[in-house]
Amino acid sequence: MAEKIGIYVCHCGSNIAGTVDVEEVARWAGVNVKDVVISKDYKFMCSSLGQQMIEDDIKKEGLTGVVVGACSPHLHEKTFRATCSRAGLNPFLCQMTNLREHVSWVNSDKEAGTVKAKSLISAAAERVKHQAPLEPMRVKVNPATLVVGGGIAGLQATLELADAGYHVYLVEREPSIGGHMAQFDKTFPTLDCSACILTPKMSEVGQHENVTMLTYSELEEVSGSVGNFKVKIRKKARYVNYDKCTGCGICVEKCPRKVIDDVFEVGMGHRKAIYTPFPQAVPRVPVIDTANCTYFTKGKCQVCSKICPTAAIDYEQQDEIVELEVGNIIMATGWKLFDCKKIPQYGYGRLANVYTNMEFERLCNAAGPTNGKIVLRDGKTEPKSVAIIHCVGSRDVKTNPYCSSVCCMAALKLEHLILEKTKAEVYAFYIDMRTPMKEYEEFYQRLLEEGVHFVRGKVAEVTDAARMPDEQGKLIVQVEDTLVGKQRRIPVDMVVLMGAIEPQADAKEIGLKCGISCSMAGWYTERHPKLDPVATMTDGVFVAGVCQGPKDIPASVAQGAAAAARVQGMITKGEVLIEPIVASINEEGCSGCRICNTMCPYNAIEFDEEKNVSRVITALCKGCGTCVAACPAGVITGAHFNNEQIFAEIEGILWDAKPQTEKKELQTAK
Amino acid sequence: MENFEPKIVGFLCNWCSYRAADLAGSARIKYPPNVRIIRVMCSGRVDPTFVFKALADGADGVMIAGCHPGECHYIEQNYKAMRRFSMLKHTLDAMGVESDRVQLVWASAAEGQRLAEAIEKLVSDVKRLGPLKWPANWQEDESRLEALENIVKEHAEAMEVPQ
Amino acid sequence: MSNKPKGKLALYWAASCGGCEIAVLAIDDKILKVAEAFDIVLWPCAADGKVHDIEKMADQSIDLCLFNGGIRTSEQEYMAQLLRRKSKVLVALGSCANEGCIPGLGNLNTRKEVFDTVYKEGSSTVPENPQDVRPQAETEMPEGTLHLPVFYDTLKTLAQTVDVDYFLPGCPPEAENIWTALVAILEGKLPPKGSVIGVNTTVCDECKRTRHEKKIKKFYRTWQIIPDEETCLLEQGLMCCGIATRAGCGALCPKVNSPCIGCHGGNDGVDDYGARLMSGVASVIDSNDPDEIDQIISEGIPDPVGTFYRFSLASSELRRKKKVAAE
Repeated sequence: MAEKIGIYVCHCGSNIAGTVDVEEVARWAGVNVKDVVISKDYKFMCSSLGQQMIEDDIKKEGLTGVVVGACSPHLHEKTFRATCSRAGLNPFLCQMTNLREHVSWVNSDKEAGTVKAKSLISAAAERVKHQAPLEPMRVKVNPATLVVGGGIAGLQATLELADAGYHVYLVEREPSIGGHMAQFDKTFPTLDCSACILTPKMSEVGQHENVTMLTYSELEEVSGSVGNFKVKIRKKARYVNYDKCTGCGICVEKCPRKVIDDVFEVGMGHRKAIYTPFPQAVPRVPVIDTANCTYFTKGKCQVCSKICPTAAIDYEQQDEIVELEVGNIIMATGWKLFDCKKIPQYGYGRLANVYTNMEFERLCNAAGPTNGKIVLRDGKTEPKSVAIIHCVGSRDVKTNPYCSSVCCMAALKLEHLILEKTKAEVYAFYIDMRTPMKEYEEFYQRLLEEGVHFVRGKVAEVTDAARMPDEQGKLIVQVEDTLVGKQRRIPVDMVVLMGAIEPQADAKEIGLKCGISCSMAGWYTERHPKLDPVATMTDGVFVAGVCQGPKDIPASVAQGAAAAARVQGMITKGEVLIEPIVASINEEGCSGCRICNTMCPYNAIEFDEEKNVSRVITALCKGCGTCVAACPAGVITGAHFNNEQIFAEIEGILWDAKPQTEKKELQTAK
Repeated sequence: MENFEPKIVGFLCNWCSYRAADLAGSARIKYPPNVRIIRVMCSGRVDPTFVFKALADGADGVMIAGCHPGECHYIEQNYKAMRRFSMLKHTLDAMGVESDRVQLVWASAAEGQRLAEAIEKLVSDVKRLGPLKWPANWQEDESRLEALENIVKEHAEAMEVPQ
Repeated sequence: MSNKPKGKLALYWAASCGGCEIAVLAIDDKILKVAEAFDIVLWPCAADGKVHDIEKMADQSIDLCLFNGGIRTSEQEYMAQLLRRKSKVLVALGSCANEGCIPGLGNLNTRKEVFDTVYKEGSSTVPENPQDVRPQAETEMPEGTLHLPVFYDTLKTLAQTVDVDYFLPGCPPEAENIWTALVAILEGKLPPKGSVIGVNTTVCDECKRTRHEKKIKKFYRTWQIIPDEETCLLEQGLMCCGIATRAGCGALCPKVNSPCIGCHGGNDGVDDYGARLMSGVASVIDSNDPDEIDQIISEGIPDPVGTFYRFSLASSELRRKKKVAAE
């Protein structure tokens, strides 16, 4: 069939026409580009009149391809595809080329701009002739959802969905849900008790008929794609039968083995070898820590087993793999604290009375190891002066360049708690005070009035090497006070380091399992940093909470709810359309060399041993085309971005540079 | 040579570098008009053939641009682009194509300025190197073409095929 | 073979080694069937037949011309044009005519460099050629002007010179493939014009070695390791071109524990064989660090053009190395 191409060059008012001679471009294309039957310019192509013009031409002239030279396809590709659709032309036979962002707006030389515009039009016209009609694929959405991470963001998402009537599988790595929020004493700036607002949500999740909790469990494997994920979860052995255990806690009480709790109490307190992380844990089913349990290490004891009234202790229990089918996944995997030992000059790990903020949270917490009493490591002395150092591991090119965003407020909260609970002088060392959210600045103002000594400057060192008599036995904070412009040495009894919020150590690995990527810093990459901060590049996978970037509790809650809303939208709609831009392998040509097998991060390429060919699982393919470029046999084709289309585009774009053919025929002499 | 305006083809990934170019536009950052952009879904789609073809079709230079390493929209595909680019450079080097003519650039969707600067650098590098005119490499000089003409002429009589 | 009137067959040999001519004879006694079916009007290597006889023939009066060799001189170009005009079916036989082959690697140099090597720097020629005598296109003699064909800077493939009907790849093409092609032509069962006569899969299809997902941390030259005989050679770090190379040879080289060097060229639809091959190989280099990648390549593949374009440089997109200065 002969190609009939229509070219439509937009003025965009004067946005394009200002530095591109659009009339000339349209005229030129009509004359010089092969197979062009219509070439027009128009003031605003995206207006209803502009679109109507294209529609009419498609119908009247029987166009086989449409080229729109206007703004970025990221802005109006959908618009013009829809225009073509309405006129009965497959939307993938419409090619947009970017004469505004890529030509007129970045260039002031009209002549050069016009040449560049001709190139882009020519490229699009040559390309569109090779384009093929494509149809989006439709996939049904499984209404069940997987939420990974039982911190506040994950809990919120879980509750939103469960309350809406949809089933949620909530996976949590630790023995209890609750996340970091369960460790805090108070929350800023309202100073609500953290546990008081969190635990009701925890128990609601624990009792919800639409929620299946999988605690002490890890995400093992994700396959499938939006609408139909298949997930494998590793339920680690608790050595306590989940169904038989009533959570009475007598095993914990009677367990003779006491160990330091490095996780929940961050080393500040103890737990038993059989334990729940904290009294309000959900579920209340304990786990046995086999590394410390006397029975597991020495083969005797079994006190817990003997005392358990329901015979729930099971020393033979094994890890179990649970397979789930879900339509969507919400990643809410949270964060970890910066390792403050990485800044040795602050003395953490070396100087006893240097604490991290999480240690200090436990120290403040009424349910913590000291029942909320702020004391030094000796367990009894109340500090007379405390230094709080902000930005430890944040805003520092040597560690993390980003701002952890919540530490200023968390520090202010701790400073307030110290003033409330002790008579200590409080020094706060900050670089910049960042208090941007609702009622945060007011809280800072309140702390200023409460008498915290704020020192603006990055602390150089915390040392116990005294130079002056009043420094003896103290920790000395060496800092340049940048507001006064001089060096200061401030002796204190206790130092608290506001460690940075960092991505989980295995964030990248877990992300890869469900096909989402991390930023340089390690935060999950959202689909769009502004307009779509909840979805990811992988359809059906959403992010919530700090795993996407440092944020405070309200923002985590909001994002958890937003992710749930997005999932609900998918479930309500019932099916998803998948872009048909996917790769396919011509199995007849494939020789099974297996070069492509490692190309796909989404595991969309499978190898058929029997037939000795590789195959693309269409539903998993994201259409990046990397395997297409890798296939040494040239038998992988990328729909809408195949070689012929791109070659044609290259030829078209170099319309004014192309060499002439050199084949000659032998002429008979005349 | 003074008025030499290079023709450069840019292969930009849909998610980062193409959007960086969009952003440069929205921010009205001015840069030389010599780079003509072809959109691909990912820098991992860029086949060395594209680069060879562009040069063989008369381009003076080529830009390949993608998301920053570790920030690929498709997780890690720009590393494949990086590997192929290295192989491509070794080959181009052996073919006598100056290294600065073909450049790999990383630009995130937020880095319109960075992309504009990379384009400026590429254009100025290629201007310094002068036109590539690859197809002219294949042309034999006039005297050799003449030699062929002479054979044809010499044999012309014999070619008069009796009817 | 049928009892049709005898057809006319021409074989010609341009810039090539002559291996293809031997490959034609390697069809053994079947050559007699060829002789039954055809009058051989031109075969400089094996039979008589003069150019002016061909020139005298009517256009398209040769039924089949098997042309091997690339186009390196004005005479070869003339012969290509002549045989094109006189033949109904023109077949590019063997790697040289198809894609330039080893003579095409001369495209890494200019004519001057080639001549310098041959007439000035070659250890065997230097003592014999103290006056640095070079071939001249024209030499004046008392009897008149003598002509030698002019040597080009750039070797062209047959298809870059004239229209070619069919392609039969290989260095040389396997005798059985030549026979298959001859039968197809004799029986008139011709594929569409422009086709490669042969299978459209790669050497891996015929290679019996076991293959896994590929990750290459280091490339080895063939003399550096004795490869395991069961496992894919590329996976062992040997630069085996089988992944990109058209099958049809029965994986001859891998069968004897030697990597495929790619003489059959690429599959249908492959625009630039070397680019396909390098893209595939580079993709599975097991490193994400640009410096390490560079090191793996420069240590393991010191001659990328010779590795990826051993046979196909002249037919690649770039065709030759950049000419630095005119002669």
